[in-house]
Amino acid sequence: MYRNLTIRQKQIVWAWAFLAIPILFYSVIRFYPTGNAILISFQDWNLLGDRTWTGFDNYQKLFGDPVFWKVFKNTFVYLLIGTPLSLIISFVIAYHLDQVRFMHGFLRMLYFLPFMTSAVAMAWVWRWFYQPVPVGLFNNALAGIGIPQFPFLQSTTWALPSVLAPAVWAGLGFQVIIFMAGLRAIPRSYYEAARIDGVSWWTVLWEITLPLLKPTIVFIVVFSSIGFLRIFDHVFNMTTNNPGGPLNSTKPLVLMIYETAFSAFDMGYAAAQTVVLFLVLLVVSLIQLRILRDS
Amino acid sequence: MTATEIRPTTDALLKTEAPKKPANMGQILRWMLLFLGGVAMVMPIAYMISTSLKWPHEVYNLKLIPDEPHIENYTYVLEDGRFYWWFVNSMIIAVITTICNVIFDSLVGYTLCKFRFPGRYIVFIAILSTLMIPTEMLVIPWYLMSQQFGWLDTYWGIMFPGLMTAFGTFLMKQFFETVPDDFIEAARIDGLNELQIWWTVAMPLVKPALAALAIFVFLGNWTAFIWPLIVTNSVEMYTLPVGLSSFGDEADVAWELIMTGAAISTIPTLIVFLIFQRYIIQGVVMAGLKG
Repeated sequence: MYRNLTIRQKQIVWAWAFLAIPILFYSVIRFYPTGNAILISFQDWNLLGDRTWTGFDNYQKLFGDPVFWKVFKNTFVYLLIGTPLSLIISFVIAYHLDQVRFMHGFLRMLYFLPFMTSAVAMAWVWRWFYQPVPVGLFNNALAGIGIPQFPFLQSTTWALPSVLAPAVWAGLGFQVIIFMAGLRAIPRSYYEAARIDGVSWWTVLWEITLPLLKPTIVFIVVFSSIGFLRIFDHVFNMTTNNPGGPLNSTKPLVLMIYETAFSAFDMGYAAAQTVVLFLVLLVVSLIQLRILRDS
Repeated sequence: MTATEIRPTTDALLKTEAPKKPANMGQILRWMLLFLGGVAMVMPIAYMISTSLKWPHEVYNLKLIPDEPHIENYTYVLEDGRFYWWFVNSMIIAVITTICNVIFDSLVGYTLCKFRFPGRYIVFIAILSTLMIPTEMLVIPWYLMSQQFGWLDTYWGIMFPGLMTAFGTFLMKQFFETVPDDFIEAARIDGLNELQIWWTVAMPLVKPALAALAIFVFLGNWTAFIWPLIVTNSVEMYTLPVGLSSFGDEADVAWELIMTGAAISTIPTLIVFLIFQRYIIQGVVMAGLKG
């Protein structure tokens, strides 16, 4: 029967044969769970008892929960500090590294190496750095030059930036490489023209380099924002004795989801939180694409 | 006018005898600052490795080079057995997932790129749209599925969510665009079937992309945390990140032992990086520009 088909028909048969297993995978492991998560968010369920429909109760409970608003704020603080900070630092490094030839590959390797580490491992390394005297490296160094010790992970003010630092650190190398690729892609002739016109480097930076880097910047902003909104590994591992502490000051949305689902087993409530996370990611990405593309 | 005039390089500067312009000082300063920044970047990794080689009495001093480096911490941690299992578990899971992604992501990418069939666009958009769904939204349904089918605390349970990725599929589709259709037509005329054409003609032409994909998937699964944390219960099924997390959380575990565990879970990926540096950097660029 197959022999009688035209070349075009044979291609169709092959295409669907190739796609059969992947379509099954995406349906069962991606689409069905997505629908299921939304469904569970309208139910009350503790894993053992019956699933009962509760309408928007989970969402109402969520919006009335002071912990949720604290967590919501923390999540956006991670985003609003993390994204611009890593964007600026990685651009400055990439801009200068791009103009260096001597041991260029070696320098690039130094900056990229943290990207290859595991977040959990590095969270523990940084956690050790942050310990009070006589254990922590940072406080020992401060004590060595006579500065009183700093309450990195103990303070409700400084714990969040302390947790954020290794997350920014680990992502820099990736962004530097992307920025350098973007810089290389700018045609040399633009710079030559600017040089002939005797334009200052500052003007070149603002009038040529940055506008032409826009696609790169859009990519990095969206990509790193999603990462910071989903921060979990660093927070969980740096505060295992009191997850998200002190006093929920470092707790992001994903950690709240994890605790609600797998410590409290309140599946419906946790599912509602995941739906909120999904909407936050969607809205933030769309707003960023809109603003950055238009401007 | 040459390119080097527009973009002066320290390379040229450091080779010539005397700097000619004052700007050259700036070049040297730039290099020094970049070097110091780079050294600062690797400091946490350096301290992790150095501490894993220290005796307890010198762990809390700032010296980077241990007075008497030794590997007792590694033998202690590995003899305990748990890190050994966790390492093996992580390796098995990362390798199988990587193989699966390389095969299926490229097969789907190839099909979407080179075949013309009704429904092609819908399939493409459907797969692409899964990029927007965060893993965290799926973990609860995945957990329920695993509970129902008895996948909790098994390798399959840890692996199944990552066997294919939309990111990999999209990356491969972009790369198959670079394979000329003439090659495929010629292979068809030679009588190869479509499976053979994909595997023996198209795949070898996108090797750099396959290497990049393999490295990303491996790294992602090697360091994956939240899902393995949820799906595993017994200590012997933990992956390295989950194991390290529970190990560090035990009361009174010495920091040099935690650093040793952290080093065990980091050193393999650092070695992979040092060997495949070019592929990885290229891969990041590809993912950034095409992904």
